[in-house]
Amino acid sequence: MFEYDFMQNAFAAATIVSIVAGLVGYFLVLRGETFAGHALAHVGFTGATGAVLIGVAPLWGMVAMTVAAGVSMGFLGERLAQRDVAIGIVLALSLGFGLLFLHFFTAFASQATALLFGNVLAVDMNTVWILLALGIISVAALAVISRPLLFASLQPELAEAKGVSLRLYSVLFLAVTALTIAECAQIVGVLLVFALMVGPAAAAQQLTTRIGRGLLLSVGLALAEAWSGITLAFYTDWPSSFWITALSAGIYLFSTLLPRMLRTQKPVWIA
Amino acid sequence: MNAISFHDVTLRLDGHVVLDNVSLEIVQQEFIGVLGPNGAGKTTLMRAALGLVPAGGGKIDVLGRLATRGNPDIGYMPQVRRALGTMRLSGWDFVAGVVGGHRLGMPILGKTDRAEVDRALALVGASELAHRPLAEISGGEQQRLLLAQALIGRPQLLLLDEPLSNLDPHHQQAVVALVKSLQAELGITVLFSAHELNPLLGTIDRVLYLGHGQAALGTVDEVITGPVLSRIYGSEIDVVRLKNRIFVMSGGHDVERDEHRHDLLSEQTHIPGR
Repeated sequence: MFEYDFMQNAFAAATIVSIVAGLVGYFLVLRGETFAGHALAHVGFTGATGAVLIGVAPLWGMVAMTVAAGVSMGFLGERLAQRDVAIGIVLALSLGFGLLFLHFFTAFASQATALLFGNVLAVDMNTVWILLALGIISVAALAVISRPLLFASLQPELAEAKGVSLRLYSVLFLAVTALTIAECAQIVGVLLVFALMVGPAAAAQQLTTRIGRGLLLSVGLALAEAWSGITLAFYTDWPSSFWITALSAGIYLFSTLLPRMLRTQKPVWIA
Repeated sequence: MNAISFHDVTLRLDGHVVLDNVSLEIVQQEFIGVLGPNGAGKTTLMRAALGLVPAGGGKIDVLGRLATRGNPDIGYMPQVRRALGTMRLSGWDFVAGVVGGHRLGMPILGKTDRAEVDRALALVGASELAHRPLAEISGGEQQRLLLAQALIGRPQLLLLDEPLSNLDPHHQQAVVALVKSLQAELGITVLFSAHELNPLLGTIDRVLYLGHGQAALGTVDEVITGPVLSRIYGSEIDVVRLKNRIFVMSGGHDVERDEHRHDLLSEQTHIPGR
């Protein structure tokens, strides 16, 4: 299957995005901000459709909107934490706006499915390079902030006392998350970002309670799910996003059952 | 040099005055029990010493320096307000995440840093349980890990906010004994806030009683008296001693127990970052 250019591009894009999603997703799950991630993806839909309306590539509209929304959510911080209703309404509103923009630009409507559910087989070489650049930015930014971010996530009040600004790291991390979501959406679409960002990371945290191993496992699972998903799509002609979500859900389910199965046999906690 | 000095300090929280023009001096290597009705400012006082709440008028010195945020000589154990078990981490990683956490970079620990984590865990007797996931250990065991986090960086002053909340009497005594032995072994100053005085009796050197903007600092015999507490509560208070226990009563009610029940019903949470 690698004799086709589109398959090479799909694998390259999936590899880049899975590494970023596995790492960023781990912290997203640890901080309990997965719902915020979901909301950011929806906002990205508005950005993507809005960009098309003004003649810009959807990826850039998505990057601009998700990062802007991520930074605002970070600034609102704690005040937003218990506002599920507010987030939910903004989330619905942004999908509504996305639909309105599509309505104005009817020729684009055929691509709405690609935005919502992703179409990794349509990724071109140019997009791969853009994803690589964005991916490097996301991972580099995460590497720089990860130590204080971890401290602020584990023990916010102590971190604050030791001079760590909770708001600063909340803003920076949600900006990195937003960028990652815009990248993920190229593979699985805005509605299924959960599958790549949250599924592998949550499964990794079920399987190991050590941070280093968890991050590696999260990346490994994301890569395995994305690669297998694309391969299965190639041979079955079913959508790759379906396969990726199915694998993501299956592996998460397995990860919740495995420790229990192991413990009933012998009292050993893996890792 | 005092561990903590307040000079005519006024502290406000959300507009209302918590401490009104208070001066006090806590000597190094003292074990101070911080008591008082709910909302009296026990947490605010600690956060002021940490530089997180500004002193409105007056001056706060901590270990000879003006109170500022990020003082590495203070260890702080905040009140537990959320379940730690939602984080799927081992106890060791939970404590290790604190080491050098104010510096940028990746949380990769060198040999010295790992030794520091092991030392803190050994001090609180949590070396074994640190290998288990947070979700599988009891509340008392989680308290030990929080205490280990506070000891990272070898602080000279420990501020412990309600370490006894949500613990049964047996575990309460174990925590008090552990903190006392740490204080003696490391030669550090401890501020230990609590709802009730009795678990701390016989362990603390002095008691700091807060209420209605006022503060009284002294030995238990000096402070836990009808006249002093009546002034703090602003109403008639009787102090009843029964064997080795002390009850603070107002019109036949046990004030500390009532406060505790009130706290359970309407938990007043302080949101960080505000």
